[in-house]
Amino acid sequence: MWDWPDLGDGIQSVLAPAGPHAGWVAHLSWLIFIGGGLILLLVVIMTTLAIFAPDRWRKGIGQRRTVIIGGIAFPLVTLTAMLVYGLGGSAALVSSPAAALRIEVVGEQWWWRVHYLDETGAIRLVTANEIRIPAGLPIQFDLKSADVIHSFWVPSLAGKLDMIPGRVNSYRFAADEAGVYRGQCAEYCGAQHALMAFYVVAMEQDEFEQWYADQVQPAAEPDLPQFEAGRELFLTNGCGACHTVRGTPADGVIGPDLTHVGSRVSLAAGTLPNNVGTLAGWIASAQHLKPDNKMPSFDNLEGTELRAIAGYLENLK
Amino acid sequence: MTACWHGAIIARGVLLAAMVLAVAACQQEGVPAEHRIVDGDPERGRAAIVAIGCGACHHVPGVRGAHGVVGPSLDAFGHRKLIGGVMPNEPTILVQWVQDAPSLIPETGMPDLPLSQAQARDIAAYLYTLR
Repeated sequence: MWDWPDLGDGIQSVLAPAGPHAGWVAHLSWLIFIGGGLILLLVVIMTTLAIFAPDRWRKGIGQRRTVIIGGIAFPLVTLTAMLVYGLGGSAALVSSPAAALRIEVVGEQWWWRVHYLDETGAIRLVTANEIRIPAGLPIQFDLKSADVIHSFWVPSLAGKLDMIPGRVNSYRFAADEAGVYRGQCAEYCGAQHALMAFYVVAMEQDEFEQWYADQVQPAAEPDLPQFEAGRELFLTNGCGACHTVRGTPADGVIGPDLTHVGSRVSLAAGTLPNNVGTLAGWIASAQHLKPDNKMPSFDNLEGTELRAIAGYLENLK
Repeated sequence: MTACWHGAIIARGVLLAAMVLAVAACQQEGVPAEHRIVDGDPERGRAAIVAIGCGACHHVPGVRGAHGVVGPSLDAFGHRKLIGGVMPNEPTILVQWVQDAPSLIPETGMPDLPLSQAQARDIAAYLYTLR
């Protein structure tokens, strides 16, 4: 079958943490929910007693001492303890061991440009709308925006962090185990904000090394005549003005890099599953499926031409 | 006593299996005999339609977000007379069309899709419930 993960599997849920960062967030949240619930219960009981209890009890509650203990001392001690605990745990997350990998993600209306960086910060690999990471290792994410404010959020792996034009926000997180997780833009960024999602695919370390080695390669030569025809049509229809397919004259940088588009889980930033059928539908009607995105609907193509281009792209594994 | 229990468990199992079969049969209820698909499960078909994303090109009633405009709407597909505007709407043709449309009409824009025979049958069964 196809890799089109179901949201029902907890791949995008703060309640299903799959890494240390999200685990800490979930732990703190439960502490606050349960603690807050208990305190609310206490307040309700005290209020009930203050209204309905016998006079002797009410007199006891109505003393200055109650206000000082319940209104000042208790919140001060509880909130201070929470603050120290919360900051302590968060500091441990920030000062975690050095990142194994640095990935720069640029939010754009309405997709994600992904750069894998080397130690010097130079770009080694360009991809889009999907982030593959080795499981179990802390990864540094440098977040930028090309237009408006976006927010980068993979609920199962970490808290959200804004992408702000002109700034770089960084944080580190890891996935405990190999698996597919879904991320979403969490700051309203325009008409298609809801269709600005992505997938994080955590892989075993050796599989990740293999994937990375494949991805830095240029696109493979088409191995069938119809794919060759698809590449010709891709180029003659001007797709290369916006898209790059490394190893061909297509070197546009306005839209996502398509060098290995066929290897990705989703199409158009989590909008559609990725296969030859959805690729054809997207090419022919991008403006209908995701209005106002920068890609025009190529409704000038004949059926065979559409299939040829979609087949060529799907074959770019 | 134990034998009695076993009997009860088996009886329950048989009853459950019968119910499942009845439900499966019901799922193609309302579909005329000539449009019923052997082993086709409309509910599984609907799930396959979501997973492969037929909605990128087609409006598919009953599938959330499937409002594509590249190909024809599949509304009331059970009443459609021609597939691809060319061939009669019959189960064997539909199953092949869903899986590999260009093998039937080379000019079509609908690609050869990565579907198994069973998935194509399930999808066809779902399409015939659209009436």
